[in-house]
Amino acid sequence: MSELRPDLRIIAGWITPGSRVLDLGCGDGTLLAHLREHHKVSGYGLEIDPDNITTCVKKGLNVIQSDLDQGLSDFDEDSFDYVVMTETLQAVHYPDRLLKEMLRVGREGIITFPNFGHWRCRWQLLRGRMPVTPALPQQWYDTENIHLCTLKDFEDLCDTLGIHVLECTVVDRTHETDLLMRLLPNLMGEIALYRFRRG
Amino acid sequence: MTREFPADSVGLVTPRTQHFEERLPLDCGKTLAPYDLVYETYGELNAARDNAILLCHALSSDHHAAGYHSEADRKPGWWEVCVGPGKPIDTDRFFVVCSNNLGGCKGSTGPMSTNPATGRPYGPDFPIVTVRDWVRAQARLADALGIEQWAAVVGGSLGGMQALQWSIDFPDRLRHAVVIAAAPKLTAQNIAFNEVARQAIMADPDFHAGRYYEHDTIPRRGLAIARMLGHITYLSDDAMRAKFGRELREGKLSFGFDVEFQVESYLRYQGQSFVERFDANTYLLMTKALDYFDPAKDYGDDLSRALAHAQAKFMVISFTSDWRFSPARSREIVRALLDGDKEVSYAEIKATQGHDAFLMPIPHYLDVFSAYTGRIAAECSHE
Repeated sequence: MSELRPDLRIIAGWITPGSRVLDLGCGDGTLLAHLREHHKVSGYGLEIDPDNITTCVKKGLNVIQSDLDQGLSDFDEDSFDYVVMTETLQAVHYPDRLLKEMLRVGREGIITFPNFGHWRCRWQLLRGRMPVTPALPQQWYDTENIHLCTLKDFEDLCDTLGIHVLECTVVDRTHETDLLMRLLPNLMGEIALYRFRRG
Repeated sequence: MTREFPADSVGLVTPRTQHFEERLPLDCGKTLAPYDLVYETYGELNAARDNAILLCHALSSDHHAAGYHSEADRKPGWWEVCVGPGKPIDTDRFFVVCSNNLGGCKGSTGPMSTNPATGRPYGPDFPIVTVRDWVRAQARLADALGIEQWAAVVGGSLGGMQALQWSIDFPDRLRHAVVIAAAPKLTAQNIAFNEVARQAIMADPDFHAGRYYEHDTIPRRGLAIARMLGHITYLSDDAMRAKFGRELREGKLSFGFDVEFQVESYLRYQGQSFVERFDANTYLLMTKALDYFDPAKDYGDDLSRALAHAQAKFMVISFTSDWRFSPARSREIVRALLDGDKEVSYAEIKATQGHDAFLMPIPHYLDVFSAYTGRIAAECSHE
């Protein structure tokens, strides 16, 4: 099996083996398949793209074709130990509602998103342009990313929603981290990773 | 001259009949004996006898799911799109069984069969059968074929409901259930359509209270209308618009009540050809079986409780333009399975064809279906 992407490796490290996981926007199921094989994790993935659904089914994963903007009403409270959402928060219609939903159905939430406070974004905005960066490669008119935020914005929202952040780390677009990123996460981190629970 | 069938078809097939002497208890309180089930099989049962798939058919179809009955046969079985070598139900890997449900008119014991008590056709005296009765009968067929556990029970529409019922009634006799374009029970609207269909048949003067065989006639008009109505519910508004629009057969209005619009011509054709191949009493029975289907009823209307003991893994598939059993109805099934922490995957196929989509070669449908059955095949023994 090929090496797991570093950000997914960090997430896998946060998850207690044997737990139950719901993966929102699970893509081709890489994380879920890894968690199942190496951490004895069970659970479901939600995904909207038909080809990804087929790939997940092929891998033997439980995948439910769903639109996250419709909420998580199919799931009861406290159904999962972790609800994971990687690089999807910025593309949903109601990030705040979805965060609340994550902590309704799960004990802990794990989330990653592109940091709009990264220096490249700030630099391009200073020059009067919407940022187009390696981590956010699309133009403003054809991007799926409709709710971009910085680390600080995310933490403010967590405060407002009464969400308690347990862990935070940042990586670059190749999903590696370094000292500078750890010192100045909101300026140097391209992708933010958070683990949180109800406050 | 021998005919070349397509390479991905099972080719020539011959139905077989299994006779049962032992009485079959039915949900209505009556019992049935003796009875026959007619069925077809495709592919080979492996030595471990663990690669068998049971197909459950929809309202008006039968045991002839794939292949051709003769060299001259024009049309293949009803699920030729999905059953055959290399297809989602891959007959190179699975031993596929499809039986005609009890009450049917294609060889299994039904209203046209002779009632041993009277020596005449059952007609309206054939007991009302339920999906559970069908499952019970199929379990006996499985016994007769030496199949202890199905690799999967698979069905679309009413057949999907039957697959669901299998997982509830015989939890240890199937490893997978593939439930396509189904619903956990009918809505009032669904039942209403069935009732209009039944009324059409029963109001036909040739119906003779179901004893039309003895009058050497059939309720042709009633059955045709029932089928026309059914067909409307199988298609989507968009599909009908695309297929017929408001197109006129003669190119202009004739200010009469003969067929004018293409859609009228199509429906009349569907109705009339159906009359030639289907029995009205069977149609009445099948619609009743649909209406009665409600596995949650005995569990306080809680489907997840009904499924609590299910051991199968589930694949649920729906189609966006299906308004007969819409995606929301499939999601009810998915939700009940999620509530019980069952293994389940769900795909909602983008399709314009309405309920009939489950019989169509839609690429994403075939892909995800094959992905799932590929998993089932990988679990089967390989000699």
